[in-house]
Amino acid sequence: MIDVVINVTLLAFLAITAVAIVRMTNLFAIIMLYGIFSFLSAAMFVVMDAADVAFTEAAVGAGISTVLMLATMALTKDHEEKRPAGHRPWLPLAVVIVTGAALVYGTMDIPAFGDVDAPAQSHVAPYYIEKSIVDTGVPNMVTAVLASYRGFDTLGEVVVIFTAGIAVLLLLGGRRRKTAAENRGGEGNDT
Amino acid sequence: MTHNLVLRVVSKTLIPLIIMFALYVQFHGDFGPGGGFQAGVIMSAAIILYTLVFGLDAAERVMPPMALRILASLGVLLYGGVGVATLVMGGNYLNYTVLASTQIAGQHLGILLVELGVGITVFAVMLIIFFAFAGRGRR
Repeated sequence: MIDVVINVTLLAFLAITAVAIVRMTNLFAIIMLYGIFSFLSAAMFVVMDAADVAFTEAAVGAGISTVLMLATMALTKDHEEKRPAGHRPWLPLAVVIVTGAALVYGTMDIPAFGDVDAPAQSHVAPYYIEKSIVDTGVPNMVTAVLASYRGFDTLGEVVVIFTAGIAVLLLLGGRRRKTAAENRGGEGNDT
Repeated sequence: MTHNLVLRVVSKTLIPLIIMFALYVQFHGDFGPGGGFQAGVIMSAAIILYTLVFGLDAAERVMPPMALRILASLGVLLYGGVGVATLVMGGNYLNYTVLASTQIAGQHLGILLVELGVGITVFAVMLIIFFAFAGRGRR
């Protein structure tokens, strides 16, 4: 019962935050609301007993992303552009409503939360639950799966992060030649 | 923000605690929630806080960009290296059991090293990205 109350409250706050983000034009406030949105999601994950995911969401979603978006905003403007006069919202609105309806229709087939017969619970999960402590001696099952059973996947994830770092370095980092820096001098604020 | 006394004092107190918590999350990940990903992000948050309060130049003296690039590669190398080590010792790639005398000890060692690699790479890459963005505003 208490779970339902907490879930409804959190989801209501998520929806309110999302609507507020859409309606605002001050990008600074929007970035702060994104942080709040991430914290609310993290709270949802805690309610669902996914402490590791909640931890990551709070650290990455609310922490690092907010800082990176603020850093990006410092390079651009802190207000949205005014919408052009002939802007009609009807086509985007129709696309969003149809997509949203399809997604809601899709959720009808998703098994209930915590359903024992759900596909996610009936393949390898029982093996992990029974054997992970015997196989690895690690009490945190998430760590055992992440680092040992699925070590290959995690290696891939680390390489993805590494690649992202290299890409940012290539695009933004490094020392630029003086001429390039001078050419860019005036345009930095209006592109 | 370099002239704001309150921010300087508070962040100087907080940064060691944040680093301590990051190390706890890193090495306690086997037993509680957490692990390399979270620890790396928390550790980089400590340096980002330092950057926000004391400025980018001071932060780059603490964490030279070149060191960060080496660290980012080192983490991936450590992870891949554990895999190669298990290959050399006669197991499958990333099968930590062969690393030590018993299965539990081998798995423990392997998971510890691999998580350390993840943590180092995530920490370094987050700071590389942050410094790259913050560095553009400096000029």
